[in-house]
Parts: sequence; structure tokens; C-alpha cells
Amino acid sequence: MSTPATTRATAPAARTGPPATWAAGARSRGRALAWARRAPLMPALVFLIAVTQLPFVATLVISLFDWNALYPDERHFTGLSNYTAVATDPALRQSVITTAVLTAGVVLVSLVLGLGIALLLDRRFFGRGIVRTLFIAPFLLVPVAAALLWKHVLFNPEYGLIDGTLTWLGHLFGVAHPPQPDWVSSMPLASVATALVWQWTPFMMLILLAGLQSRPMEMVEAARLDGAGNWQIFRYLTLPHLRRYLELGILLGSIYIVQNFDAVFTITSGGLGTANLPYTIYQTFYQAHEYGQASAAGVLVVIGSIAIATFALRVVSSLFREEVSRA
Amino acid sequence: MTQAAMSLRHTARRARRRGTALGLLAWLAGIVFVLPVLWMVLTSFHSETDAATNPPSLTAPFTLSAYREFFGASGASPWPALINSTTASVVSTLLVLLLALPAAYALSIRPVRKWTDVLFFFLSTKMLPVVAGLLPVYLFAKNAGLLDNIWLLVILYTSMNLPIAVWMLQSFLADIPGSLIEAAQMDGARLPTILGRIVAPIAGPGIAATALICFIFSWNEMLFARVLTGVVAQTAPVFLTGFVTSQGLFLAKVCAASTVISLPVLAAGFAAQDKLVQGLSLGAVK
Repeated sequence: MSTPATTRATAPAARTGPPATWAAGARSRGRALAWARRAPLMPALVFLIAVTQLPFVATLVISLFDWNALYPDERHFTGLSNYTAVATDPALRQSVITTAVLTAGVVLVSLVLGLGIALLLDRRFFGRGIVRTLFIAPFLLVPVAAALLWKHVLFNPEYGLIDGTLTWLGHLFGVAHPPQPDWVSSMPLASVATALVWQWTPFMMLILLAGLQSRPMEMVEAARLDGAGNWQIFRYLTLPHLRRYLELGILLGSIYIVQNFDAVFTITSGGLGTANLPYTIYQTFYQAHEYGQASAAGVLVVIGSIAIATFALRVVSSLFREEVSRA
Repeated sequence: MTQAAMSLRHTARRARRRGTALGLLAWLAGIVFVLPVLWMVLTSFHSETDAATNPPSLTAPFTLSAYREFFGASGASPWPALINSTTASVVSTLLVLLLALPAAYALSIRPVRKWTDVLFFFLSTKMLPVVAGLLPVYLFAKNAGLLDNIWLLVILYTSMNLPIAVWMLQSFLADIPGSLIEAAQMDGARLPTILGRIVAPIAGPGIAATALICFIFSWNEMLFARVLTGVVAQTAPVFLTGFVTSQGLFLAKVCAASTVISLPVLAAGFAAQDKLVQGLSLGAVK
């Protein structure tokens, strides 16, 4: 908008005024200044492009080859046939569904639980700081350790804590044979999801608690004076205010849980219909040595995540703009 | 006393009782959430036979045998894996700071043109699934003779955390009032002075939190470590999965190992607790 104005302003000056060399000098000085500003950015950008973007290009190339590492001499260009193989592979299609179900399930359940806990922690009570710290602990366990803990120490049908507690309760209430379900084999995906929900609920809680605490209290007071009940305040004031924080939780949770490898690998080794995309790709290349197909699957995953990321970036940028304009 | 005042006091008492109930509920939920962690620590101090009872034995005698077992009383020593994890996490975190601090400076204090676009480019690289680039990295490492080499993980962890660190540091540096820096410049302060006297003290806690979060993510990483390392360069999470055996009891050992390996992360997380939200939400939440 301001460009025409500035050109009009500088044009006569250029006609009457300083010699061309001066203008050129100023321009090159401006360029040097712009580069001086850009310079600190360059190492990080170059490093990141080299390490994260080049492999994707390589993946794209490999995906066009029929390449099994066990038969390296038979490697040849096959065009898009890996993509048809991948698209018609029922195992891979299943893993797409598994990934979607696992991600959506874990994100939504931990978001709802996190919201409930955040609401509990938003009020003043005895030992609030301690309780907040207790809630963060699950998130700060090494993911593999958490997965091992759930699989062997909690879910185990012979001596796990959950079935052990059922036995103990059975003895307490005089039930001779309390139920002893084998959690991982009877509900594999739910077991993986439970372990992940346990780890991610604290994360959601932290984001939502920060959201609750940034709520303008005057508005709540005013609404209360006008006779609004707790539910009305929550529904018409708190929830709309939290919308962006909920979106942010969904976005960040999805980024991490879509890529989850540790829990699936540890709890079920991808068996019993729990293999998600990262695990399937890992298996295709690491165990089946089908490099071409693994790459094609990788490219499809990238396309899928770009679709999600476009939406996700919009969410972040709206939050971001709000922060910048507030500052 | 009037009817109105009495009913007012009545509602106040009811509200207080409701508050106590909700406080208790919060405590209860917190204990339920932390129970698996406590149980893990408790089990790690039990003998293998006491760890595997049904119903669970809460009051079994304490023993350090699981920890002795973990630290290599029989079988492999965990120290190489712990040292590898420390190297990969600490060195990659330092590299991340080295690359991300100047970048964040160029995106906040003295912003380049279209700095938001650059910022979002950094974030977008984080949204592409790691697994899609895994195979080329593996092939490159294999041909370059870098398989089972901890320095490969250092490079990869640096790239994994760099976008997050740039975002976090950008948000922390943006908190520094621009007028403060301008005033210092007016007084003739040069860049080193500005960085040391203004930027570092204000953004210090944020930079520390960023470093701690990068450390946590590197320490936790398992997919790269599993595919790209073997015996020599294996990290602690990979070592941990090796504790699960098909025969014999291993519960107390796994609990001891999990406790030891999680300790650095727990320490780092609690140290960064105040800035954890702002860091993890990439600076979007203050």
C-alpha cells in the first residue's frame, strides 16, 4: 500500500538529486545490511535443510525403484508400481486406520481428561502445587519405560498391578475367583491407547490450565453478578476462551502421537492389529527389507501429514498472531 | 439475625464444603495418576519373587538387588549406554543452542524481513514424520560407515530439536522489551554487551528451559537409536528394552532400570517446570 507513495516521493529526488553512484552505494549498503541481518539465521537453516529435507528427496527417488535389500542386484526403476503395491496392500491400509483411530482416540480422551483436571486445579485448595507436580510425573517418564511399565507391571495377567488389585478386592469382598483379564491380548489397541493417554493427559492439562489462568476474571465476575450459573459461565465464557488452547492441544498432541513408535513397539510389537504407520514402515524396511515400498509408504505418509499440517499451521498462526498483536 | 443473612451464610458454608470436596477429588485424581510411577519405584526395591505376586505385596522387604542387577552384577553393564545417551543428549543440546540462538535473534530482536514465514518453515519441518526420512538416513549411514556411531545420533537429534528450539527461543527473546535494547544502543553499548547484560539475564530462564526440553526429547528418542545403533552406540532406551526376557522374572529389574533411566528426565522436567508449558507449546501459551 505504501509502495506507490514512496516511489512517488523518491522519484523526483532521484531526478534532481544525488549522483547514480551514491544511490548504488546506498542500495548495496542496504543489501549488505539485509545480509548482515540474515547471517545469524543461515547456519540453522542450512543445517536443517541438509539434515531433514534432503532425506525426503532421497525417499522420493527410492520410492520409484523396485529395491529389496536382500536382492540388491535386481534393483531397477519401476515408476509408480510401489505406490500401487502400497495402496492395495491391506496391511498398510489397516495401519492407516489404526493410526487414525489411535491418534484421534488418545488425543480426544486425554484432552477431555486434561480439561477436567485443569478445571480442578484452577481453584485454590490445600497442596495445589504438589498435586500439579504429581500430575506432571507421568509425562516425564521415558516413553519406553512408561510402555514397559504398563505392559509388564500393570497389564500382566499373572502378576500385574491391575489384576492383582482385582484379586485383592475379590478377597476383600469374598469373591472366590475375581476376573483376571489378559488386557493386552483381549484389547490390544485400547491397552496401547491407555498407556498413551496416561502420558499425554498431563500435557493437555498443562496447556489448558495455562489457558484457564489467562481468562479475564472481570468478565466471569460480571457474568456471576448478572446471575449466570457455573455451567453457563463454563459453556459461554470459559469454553469459547479455551477454544484456541484446545486446538493447540489437539495439534501438538496429534503431531507427537501420529508418530508414536515406542508404545506400539514395546507393548504389542505391532501385533494384534495395533501396527500404526510408523511401525509398519519401520517393519517394511527393517525386517522385510523392501526399500522401495517402504519409501513409497513414507511419501504417502508425508502427503497425508502435509494435509494435516496445513490445517495445524493455520491454528498455530492464528494463536501466534494474537500473541504478537497483544505484545 | 435476618432470614437473608442466615441463608447467605448457609450458601457460603455450602460453597466451602463443595470447594473442599473438589480439592479432595483433585488430590485423588493426582494420586491415581502418579500411582503407576510410585508402584514402579516401590517394585524396583523388591526382590523378583516379591515383585511378581498376585495380589501385590505392598510390604515386602526392601532390597537393592534389582539395582545391583541393573548395574551389571550379571550381564551387560549399563554404563556404555548411559554414557552414549548423555553424549547424544548433551552435545546435541549444545549444538541446538549454538544454531538456534543466533537464528532466534534474527527472528525476534533484529528480525529479518518475512520473519514469520521463516519461523513457520522451521515448524513445518517438525510436522513431517521422522519415519519417512529414516531409510535414506540409514542407507547414508551404512555407506558412510556411520552405523552404530553415536555422533550420527548427535547430528540427527540436533536436527530433530532445532525447529522446536528456534520457536521456543524466539518466544523467549521476543519477551525482551525492544526499548531496553534501543536505550542500551543509544548509550553506546555494543552487541556483546547487549547480549551479556540485557538478553542473557532476561531470557536466561527461557534458554535454560529450552535446553532442558531438548535434552529430554533427545534422551527419550528411540526409533533412530534402535535402527541406527547396535552394540557400541546403543542408548539407554534401547538398552532398557533388552531387559525384557522370555524366561525368568525381570519385573524388579525393569522397574529399577526404568527408574534410573527416567531420573535425568524427571530432574530436567521439574527443573523446567515453570517454563515447561511455554516451551512445549512452542511459545504459543505463556
